[in-house]
Amino acid sequence: MIEINNIRKVYNAGVHNEYVALDGVSCSLEAGKVTVFKGPSGSGKTTLLSVLGCMARPTSGRIVLSGRDITSLPERFRTDVRRRTFGFIFQQFNLIKGITALENVMLPAYPFGERRASLEKRALLLFELFSITRRAREKAELLSGGEIQRAAIARALINDPKAIIADEPTAHLDSSLSRDFMELVGRLKQEGKTAIIASHDPIVYESGVVDRVISMRDGRIE
Amino acid sequence: MRKSTTFLTFILLLTILMGFAFAHARARQRADMPRLQRSADLVRLFELTDLCLFTDAQYTRHPAVSVRHTAFQDHPLSFEHFPSGSLSGPPPHLMNHE
Amino acid sequence: MNKIEKQRYILDFTLSSLLRRKGRNAALVLVYTFIVFLPASVMFFTHAVKREAALVLADAPEIIVQRIVAGRQALVPASYADRIKTIRGVNAVRGRLWGYYFDPVFGGANYTLVVPEYYPYDDGTIAVGSGVAGNSGSGEDNLLVFKAHDGSLKTLRIREVLSSESELVSADLVLMSQHDFRRLFGIQPAYVTDLTVAVRNPAEYVTIADKIAKLLPDTRPIIRDEILRTYDAVFNWRGGILLVVLAGSVAAFVIFAWDRAAGLSAEEKKELGILKAVGWETSDVLMMKLWEGAVISLTAFLTGVLLAYAHVFFGSASLFEPVLKGWSVLYPDIRLTPFVSAPDVAVLFFITVIPYTVATIIPSWRAATIDPDSVMRS
Repeated sequence: MIEINNIRKVYNAGVHNEYVALDGVSCSLEAGKVTVFKGPSGSGKTTLLSVLGCMARPTSGRIVLSGRDITSLPERFRTDVRRRTFGFIFQQFNLIKGITALENVMLPAYPFGERRASLEKRALLLFELFSITRRAREKAELLSGGEIQRAAIARALINDPKAIIADEPTAHLDSSLSRDFMELVGRLKQEGKTAIIASHDPIVYESGVVDRVISMRDGRIE
Repeated sequence: MRKSTTFLTFILLLTILMGFAFAHARARQRADMPRLQRSADLVRLFELTDLCLFTDAQYTRHPAVSVRHTAFQDHPLSFEHFPSGSLSGPPPHLMNHE
Repeated sequence: MNKIEKQRYILDFTLSSLLRRKGRNAALVLVYTFIVFLPASVMFFTHAVKREAALVLADAPEIIVQRIVAGRQALVPASYADRIKTIRGVNAVRGRLWGYYFDPVFGGANYTLVVPEYYPYDDGTIAVGSGVAGNSGSGEDNLLVFKAHDGSLKTLRIREVLSSESELVSADLVLMSQHDFRRLFGIQPAYVTDLTVAVRNPAEYVTIADKIAKLLPDTRPIIRDEILRTYDAVFNWRGGILLVVLAGSVAAFVIFAWDRAAGLSAEEKKELGILKAVGWETSDVLMMKLWEGAVISLTAFLTGVLLAYAHVFFGSASLFEPVLKGWSVLYPDIRLTPFVSAPDVAVLFFITVIPYTVATIIPSWRAATIDPDSVMRS
């Protein structure tokens, strides 16, 4: 589904605190599979996820998505590709406080201007899928750790993306919730979705759900 | 009800009220014409020159016919009547240097 | 439908966002409303007074001739009238008798005493304005006592109280016969307070006024146009206190907008980042900020203007009373006819809503263009 060729990502290029996050990374990820990038912090996993998900532009190299070279697309088109193709789950989950869980989950769909009734229905279906329906209209900060996690996944799925990208999704979860997470990933895989996860948590990369583990170190694939 | 609906309804209501205010003004203007005409009649009958807005000093009660030196009144240290003096201000024809 | 629905979503989010800090935003709207209310009230009030003046004073005397001696108004010899009559274009000349009476009995009110051309009642009687009646607590058939120039007391009976609907021109008037006026103030028949001149052709006001001034160098003519222009200029914003009020409003406004423009908090920045990260474009984020400014300013503007209208035209501008009354004892109940200037309201809109809305967007520009990538790495 995604193919990356010789991706380099350099921050603060040319300045004294120049930092090479990715140093010539190439790989090819299959659709419908669960891939985990594992490695210590600083190995460039987060940056790689960023690049794969079209959130950040590589300094050099090519990205091919479903056979289409998207490396030099202008921002508008990249954003469009990104929101239709990928759903993101962040390390901190990053729900917006002060608004309801339901509103949080619907947020990514707002720019599409879909009719409210149908959007809400879709969102509530996701809440049901993750068994958190009764918390839908609570303010986000009142949710428990596990509920936030599920809401974050629901949010990533609201636009029915082809792939989920998750950065250290179990970093703030206990073992039981971490296993729950991987189970949910398994369900998504059954529905044909692709999952790309960065993690140094064994519960993640040793899970039976995972199809492929790629090790990273110092911005390169080992 | 959806928040945006509530807000937009509220704004719509206020805008309609503003419309009413304009309509009210129109209606009152028409209704008050006789009263204004009667006041105008008094002005003509009594040969009046000013509105009775401020009754504290000559130059505030009759600014239209006050003399350039009226504000000095009887003594250069005489107080200015505030705020009526500032609000009525010297009439333009006194400000022109003819 | 797509576009409208999208705007409504953004508005939904904006409102949720504003409601998060209910107290702060409520206070903001309140203060902002007040800042609109004040100049709007002033605008409505002054505009209505000016229009009323223009309508009501339309038939004021065409030319008034005063006599100035040593910088003060002095009595005019009645013979001047005959001399003015000789000027070509003059229809009629009449001597006016009017003056002021300070009444220590009823709080130190100042009355304007006027002898009309036709006083319908007997000597020994007066017709008074509603302000005089109200202030002295008297009505028809009551007596008012005046102290004459020679120290004697004159008692005059009220035959009529003028309707309060004409208060704006008659509140402080006391009308009496010529005989009583002259006896009260000791003015000889040979003198009058000033003269009014009726002119055949309105286009000739200025010419005839000039001729009068030349003919009688110790006089000063005032023409009707000047009377009307006086009231065009009343409550001029350049006059002291109005300038202070308006400047105060503008200053408060600028402080507001500046506070907005000073930048976003770290939390606000993070939120914008999250929005970008979940797929909102820069333009969507800016739209939200625009709505934020618009929600507050539209609410405050509409509420402020409506309250101002109610205040001035239903509440007789009562909040201004202490200011307007000043040292006056007699103060008319200012029930104005609503004359509203739509252009003025529009101007108020542009100088309040637009700057504030813009001031809300500008500091967000940077945060809105943030790379969503950085949210991943926070």
